[in-house]
Parts: sequence; structure tokens; C-alpha cells
Amino acid sequence: MRIESRAQFEAVQAEAKRREEGRTQKILVCCGTGCLASGSKQVAEAFAHEVTERGLEAEVGLFVKTTGCHGFCERGPLVVFQPSGILYTKVKPTHVAQIVEKTVIGGEVIPRLVYKNPVDGGRIPQYDEIPFYKHQTRVAMRNIGRIDPTDIHDAIALGAYSGLARALFEMTPEQVLDEVETSGQRGRGGAGFRTARKWRSCRKAAGERRFVLCNGDEGDPGAFKDRSIMEGDPHSVLEGMVIGAYAVGAHEGYLYVRDEYPLAVVNLTIAIADARKLGLLGENILGTGFDFDVRISRGGGAFVCGESSALMRSLEGKTGEPRAKYVHSTDKGLFDQPTVLNNVETWAGIGAIIQHGGAWFASMGTEKSKGTKAFSLVGKVKNTGLIELPMGTTLRHIIFDIGGGILNDRPFKAVQTGGPSGGCVPESLLDLPVDFERLTEAGSMMGSGGMIVMDDRTCMVDVARYFLAFLTEESCGKCVPCREGLTQMLHLYDDLIAGRGTDAHLAKIERLAAGMQLGSLCELGKSAPNPVLSTLRYFRDEYVAHIRDHACPAGICRDLTAYEIVPEDCDGCHACFKACPVDAITGVTKELHVIHHEACISCGACFDVCPNDAIRTFPKVRLSTEVV
Amino acid sequence: MPSLTVDGTRVAVPDGATLLDAARTAGVHVPTLCHFDGLEPWGGCRLCVVDLWRPGWDPDWFKMVTACNHPAEDGVKVFTATERVLETRAVVLDLLLARCPETPLIQRLAREHGIERTSYTPNPEPTDCILCGLCTRVCDHIGVSAIASVDRGAGREIAPPFHEAPPDCVGCLACAEICPTDCIPFTTSNATRTIWGRTFEMLRDPATGEAVITTVQAEHFAARSGVPKTYFESSDSSKRRVMAETFARLGQAK
Repeated sequence: MRIESRAQFEAVQAEAKRREEGRTQKILVCCGTGCLASGSKQVAEAFAHEVTERGLEAEVGLFVKTTGCHGFCERGPLVVFQPSGILYTKVKPTHVAQIVEKTVIGGEVIPRLVYKNPVDGGRIPQYDEIPFYKHQTRVAMRNIGRIDPTDIHDAIALGAYSGLARALFEMTPEQVLDEVETSGQRGRGGAGFRTARKWRSCRKAAGERRFVLCNGDEGDPGAFKDRSIMEGDPHSVLEGMVIGAYAVGAHEGYLYVRDEYPLAVVNLTIAIADARKLGLLGENILGTGFDFDVRISRGGGAFVCGESSALMRSLEGKTGEPRAKYVHSTDKGLFDQPTVLNNVETWAGIGAIIQHGGAWFASMGTEKSKGTKAFSLVGKVKNTGLIELPMGTTLRHIIFDIGGGILNDRPFKAVQTGGPSGGCVPESLLDLPVDFERLTEAGSMMGSGGMIVMDDRTCMVDVARYFLAFLTEESCGKCVPCREGLTQMLHLYDDLIAGRGTDAHLAKIERLAAGMQLGSLCELGKSAPNPVLSTLRYFRDEYVAHIRDHACPAGICRDLTAYEIVPEDCDGCHACFKACPVDAITGVTKELHVIHHEACISCGACFDVCPNDAIRTFPKVRLSTEVV
Repeated sequence: MPSLTVDGTRVAVPDGATLLDAARTAGVHVPTLCHFDGLEPWGGCRLCVVDLWRPGWDPDWFKMVTACNHPAEDGVKVFTATERVLETRAVVLDLLLARCPETPLIQRLAREHGIERTSYTPNPEPTDCILCGLCTRVCDHIGVSAIASVDRGAGREIAPPFHEAPPDCVGCLACAEICPTDCIPFTTSNATRTIWGRTFEMLRDPATGEAVITTVQAEHFAARSGVPKTYFESSDSSKRRVMAETFARLGQAK
């Protein structure tokens, strides 16, 4: 059935809500990519089987729903029970019969499946009382984890396409633009360009066709917010795109999704087909006479295709390489026609902005960065996963309250934000409110919302080198400063971590970084020196130690680091002996073990397994001076 | 018709002109490596960077842009030799010299920017290819697209598909001729021509036996232009002779 009027849309919505209300008890099984990898599909099947076996669906209105990502991937598979609000973590199919018996029918909590707070060891059964979830405010991710992403009626019951209905039935394109402008929303892909301004210039531009594009080519290491949105609530993205198309007067759109996101492609494909069937996409949307349709284009695996002009070239079937953007893509974008390209998270927020009003969105966040922002919190932090918070939340709150602090209670050293082209923010800036301006001032950037937390066992020279190596691989190689500059920068860093660095290296690094920032063609090259410059700015002493003392203070760089066993702390557990890949450790059980430096390759395997922290690092240079 | 200044000289240039066009009009030399008049500007070598100031900006605020592809706008001021422009060009040339330590063109440009020896690690396998993309772009431009840039980042190179003799190549030599460092090898005679691992038969002038282009190329041009293939057979000396005879006849007719 195609919806052809407002009354019909409201009827469909009412029917969807009625169905949802009929499901008095719900078991929500997370089937995001993370939980699927941990076996959640089998868990969901086991629940479905158990419920059917016992005839519970008819009896008590029990319904098993597979949902998108709940964000707390490291604890998966995750299962949430409604209306009780209980969350079980690391659920296995073998738990299912007992869960149905005790929790679903008996209303009893099974303690060992309940989330254990790593901060104090306390068990927290309620989903919304867990610190990881308690502090979140979800806009772009509003329905993820609550709906079955492959069921459009499920999404509609929770408000999907209400914003679209409001836009098409109540507003002119100009009013939609005003509403988005009031919201103050800025692009969530990294640069933070004002959405309304971009849309307005596209609307004004002359062209035979107009395009609305969604950038789903999320490629930053450690970032997965766009994937989770596309997988868990594809309708939020589609709704945003239709509204955007209405506002700028476009009738064609593309979703550019990286091919490494197969579930996102599947769920989006289903969502598009369902939306077309209901008349929410395609010709004569909701009977208003407005036409807009989208197609999915799968990326070929190049990081640089996340850059807007490279993405458009790739869509045109050409090599994905950036071009100069002196003429904006809102004037000449895809096929040289006026084009709006927004990030997945940006589109996902649009429906909510139109539904609840721009003022509502603008009531959250900071002066210049409005609303909420999704972050992928990863690295050496106790609770890792996907979160959404109002702009302006401090790094300390994110890392210590939501993230639960540093893994194994080691000291915090830095947090890397904004992906490979972002920067490292040190402890002294932990109270920094996270928004576009503050992060840029700190020498980092918002980027894709990736946050990689690092502890004291992190060498900042090595970290900068890691991101340089990533970008060297991913540079398209079109322009000289990025292609040759990254190659040479990596050479300089190879010297540093091998102890061959000199003061001249630092001068060269700084000069090259400045040249790359000014001279590179696109943002990939221009921002590639960020990890270099931010670590130099905040952790210069570590560079100096590598150069003058030939020492890696964090004990990470292999060529500079040696390992030894502290005799008084070793209880002869033999774990290091077993872990050593090159037989450089001798010792028998319950006796002191010894590391033989001539054979040791400084891999750190012993350090990682020692239960007594009896292994420590020291600068390798000391070995040669001792011999002399 | 935008009017702007380049290093203080006021010039007016046609609509659609670039900053490079404006600089040339003003008689200011801006170095380029990947630019070729007639091909769409590419902006890859970054040698033509200039500082741009727009009306309304703070007097000390400039944007660095590439002159080859930035539109000439009314009222802007272009500075082609500020300290940071020269520094950025020097970094670019220093990097190119590390890549191509033995290439005369790069050595000369680097020397003009005060660089005798690269400050970076020289390429262990010196090459003359600066990856300016002129060869692939001209090949695209004439509608052949036999070669392309393959791989990305440091691994980027110019090659035919799968590194095999390119089936689409017509042996026109445009790539080799446009190459600023002459690094595409080829051999040619009145009988055959070899480039990119392919050997082409030459189209010989029936009168003189001289060959100008390959048979395949003549077919390609004939198909694209509608001009009969025989037109391409005539060598330069044949054409001169025909021309001379024509004029001679005209003279007689008078």
C-alpha cells in the first residue's frame, strides 16, 4: 500500500503503535555487527524458539525483536527486557531457557548475566542506570536498539517519518531551511559546516539536476558510529535525505556506503524497498507530488573516498581522487550539478529536528556547536562502545564517568580524537568541553567522532608514527605534499623510533608539517600532520628523550627498550617463560626467572602476561654503556 | 570580465580565466609542472601555489590556492612570491628532488628555489616520473585512455591496465611528447613504432614512403573526426608539395 495522504500516514502510524503496544513484553536482542560476531544471531534464534515452544507470544504478548547496535559492543551479545528494563550481557544460547524461565516468566534477575560495573564491582541490572547509558542523550541514535531495523512499521511506531510528514504537509522548502538553520546543526562528518548554509547554497545554485548524497564511507580506525546508524536505524538516514531533498529541490540521491559494511548495505536496501512500497520514497511521496529516490553505491575500499570531491568522482565511476574545491559542490558537485553531501549522522538528526523543532535541538550543546554528537569510545578505557552526548560534554566526563576510567586503573596519558588526522589531547586538557571549536583550538578535531583513549604504556612518537603509516597507505597520491610528504615523514619517524633521531629531525618534521598543511590539495593531506603537531605540542619531552637519551619513556619502541625481571616481585609463576616467543627467558617454576638480553626482541609479551607486574622496562642504551 | 591585481599589477582577464592566466597577463611567472594549456587544470604538483586576498578579508589574512585552477575573481589580490608561498614551493621541490634526484628538470627548478640537494631521504630507486598525470590526462583527452595511474599513495605509478601491453593504445606518442621529464620510452621509424610494450605498424605516405602516424592512430582519428583515413597518410613533405602545386596552379590561372 502506498500512503497518499496525511490521514493515511497517521493511520499507518496508529496501526504500528497499536501493534507495538500489543507486545506487552519484549526481548530485544542486539544484532549489530559487534554482537553478531559474538553470536547474537544464535541467541535471538534460541529466544524465538523458546518463546514459540512455550506458546508465550500468544499467552503473554511476548515478542522477540532483533535490533541494531546498543553501543556497548564489548559486553555483547546484549539482551534487553521490556518493560522491566533489565540488561543482560554476554548472553549465550545455552542461557536462554533459564532466562525465559526465571527472568521472563518469574520476573527474577540472574545476577551473573547482569552488567558488572568495572569501577566498583557492583552489579547494575537496569539498562538506564548503567553509567555508560545513563549519561547519554540520543538524537541521531534515538531509535537504535529499540527497533528492528528491517521492519519499517517498527520505526514508524517510534516516530520515524513524522518529521518528513511535517515537512511535506506543513512546511515549504524555505521553512524547512529555516528550521534547520534554527537548529544550528553542523555537519557531523568532521568539518562542521552549517547544514542550513550548505542546503541554501545548493537550493540557490543553477543546474538541470540536483543531488542529495549521504557519506557513509566511514574509514577512520576505531570509528563506527555511521555503521551503527545505517545498520540499526536506516530509516533515520532516509527520512533525513528526503527532507533535505525537499528543502533543496532535488529528486535524486545516493548513499555512498563502504563495502566493508555489508550489514549496513543489507539493512539500507531493505529500508529503501520498504519505504518505496509505503510511498515514503520514490514518486509522489505521501501523495504530495514530491519525487525523490535514492540508490546505494558501495565504496571500493579507499579511505580518501570519504573526502567529498573524491566521493563524488567515485560515484561518477572515476578514480576516487579529490579535486580543488574552489567551486563548491553545492554549485558543481556530482556530474557538475548542484549537490548536497552530508554525513550519515547529520542526516539521521534531520528527521528529529523537523519533528521536534530546531529550537529543541539548539537547546542542547554549546554556543557554536549545537545538539548532540556520537562518539566511538575505544582504547584503554573500561567501557568501550558507541555513545551520544550533548556537545560541550567534557573529555573527563566521557572517559571517566561513561568510560569508567582507564583499563586496569593505569594512569591516563592522552585521548586521540578525530581519526587519523585528529590530534592527541593531554591530561591537562581533560576538562575541555568537546565541541568543534575547542577541539580545533587544542590542535585536534571533531572528525568522525572517534576517541581513542591511551594510558601510560603508550609512546606518543609511536602513536604519531602509527597514524602517519595509516595515511601513507591511504593517501591517494595525487598531490606531491601529501604523497611524498607522508613518505618522508614516515622515514623521519622510523629514524626516531629506532634511536637514529637528531635535533635536525625535529626541525625537518616541523618544516615538512607546515608545508603539507599549506600545500596539500585536500583535507587528508592538510590535516595529516595533526598527529605530529599535537604530539609535538604536548609531548615534546618524549621526542627529546628518543633523540637525546635514545630512550622511549613509555617503554614501547622496541629498538630503544629492554626488559628485566624485578627479583623481589617474581614468584616464579612461569607465565613469562611460556609467553616468550624467542626463548629469551630462563627459570623453573617457583624460582626467579631471568630475561637474556642478547636473545630478547623486546616484544613485551612477558610484560603483558606477568600477573605480579614483576617485569619492567629500561632504556636499551643502558645495556651497551654497562658493558663499556 | 574580472579585474584583479597580481603582485601589484592590475589586469583584466576574460570570464572563466584562472589566476594563472591572470599572472601570465600581468607578465608574472608562476612555475608549474602538471599544467598544460588545453588540458583541464589538475592541481596536483602544487608548484603554482599563490596567496589570495579577497575584498572584505582582514588585510593580513590570505588563502593559499593553486593558480592553475582557481578562478580569477573580481577585486582579489594575488601574491605570487610571499615568504610562505616560496617556502611551500621549496618544500614541494625538496620532496620531488628526493623522489627524482637525477632528473634535470627537477634539479633545475629546485636550484632556482635554493635547493642543491634534498634534505629528505633520496629515493633508493630514482625515477624521472613526477606523477604529474599529464600523460594519462592527454590520453583521456584524445579519447583513448590506454594508461592510467594505478595504486595509491607512495605506490602510485603510471601504467597500462594490469601492467600489460595496453590494448587501447593507438601509439600516438602524445603521452611521451607531453611528459615534462621525457620519462616514457619509445622508438619510432618509418616502419614501426614501439611504446608501452606494443609495436605498431606505421601508416606510410604512398608517395614518399615517410610515416607520420600509426595505422591504428589514423583509424582512431578518422573515426573520431569523420575525416577520411587517407588524409592522415600524407607526410609533411607530401602536404607541402600538394600545397605548392596548388598555389602554382592558382598562379598560372591568374
